[in-house]
Amino acid sequence: MHIIIMGCGHVGSELASVLDAERHKVTILDKDASKFAKLSPNFEGTALVGDGTDEEVLKKAGIAQADAFIALTREDERNAMAAQIAKQMFNVPKVVCRIYDPLREEFYASLGLDAISPISVFVKLIQKRLGSK
Amino acid sequence: MYAIIVGDNEIGYFLCKELLDKGHEVLIIEKNATKCEYLEKELGSVSLCGNGSEVAILTKAGAARADIFIAVTDEDEDNLAACQIAKQKFDVSLIIAKVNNPKNEHIFAKLGIDHTVDVVALVLEHIKMEVSISPLVRLLSLKERGLELVLVKVANPAAIGKSLGELSLPLNSIASLLIRQGQECQVPTPDTVLKLDDQLICLIPNGSKESIQAIFAS
Repeated sequence: MHIIIMGCGHVGSELASVLDAERHKVTILDKDASKFAKLSPNFEGTALVGDGTDEEVLKKAGIAQADAFIALTREDERNAMAAQIAKQMFNVPKVVCRIYDPLREEFYASLGLDAISPISVFVKLIQKRLGSK
Repeated sequence: MYAIIVGDNEIGYFLCKELLDKGHEVLIIEKNATKCEYLEKELGSVSLCGNGSEVAILTKAGAARADIFIAVTDEDEDNLAACQIAKQKFDVSLIIAKVNNPKNEHIFAKLGIDHTVDVVALVLEHIKMEVSISPLVRLLSLKERGLELVLVKVANPAAIGKSLGELSLPLNSIASLLIRQGQECQVPTPDTVLKLDDQLICLIPNGSKESIQAIFAS
């Protein structure tokens, strides 16, 4: 699979390294080139400097042929915009975006986006550990 | 009328002021607390400090009863998010987004934001008009109709001395007004003969600016 990841933070870099090790074709985007230092030394995919909400940058990353797009920047709004561009403008089959705010997660899900709120996920996990749900 | 504006910059501020002067109810949503304090001092209690693309803040702002929602921050992703929530979640009937990157205008349209203002393009067109860099200037875009209103200066030797009827304009283009030095504006007819430095205001389909410019100005 060709997977494009937007945002090379803790999660982005880790995910890129893991998927790359699984022999997927991975392209990771970040506006800040210094963030690519977080990638595994064995990373063989492509690291591209650029803004994932910019159509031209996405084209350069090969979005027209991509099988999946994952938006993992720090900002919900940017993730939501990039994910919608990937889904609506380029028809990427699998699009996932991180949306911190649980209320927004619900909203973007209603727009048809596959949105994950790490806050909701973590809260649910802790509840489970505590046996409260 | 109740208007919600997201983003306190020059556009947000002056828009707010104008709407208040006309007696409308206005609220500016702004992330920066210092800016909100300044707004309170200048314009009274018109601001809500918070992120305008958060459902909770828009609920607090009473977005459900807003008649118009305008997002003018300097970040396109914030304007898109705020407008989408206002439209889908709060069902505001009139939604307008400022687009900072001209490339994003068609993305906003595709994602359901029908009214956008491309500030950069507007400013560029105005500068071009002031300094006459370009023989053709876009005055207005009627997006929903796929039409543009342009002003073009006649300079092409092949057009001078010809009547409008002799020139073949792109399909559905109309030369609607003729501005000639020292004369009143007139509505041109197919028999109107063009002179050097005439100015024409034309209504043309999107994408035909280049051919109009080639016919009259090149």
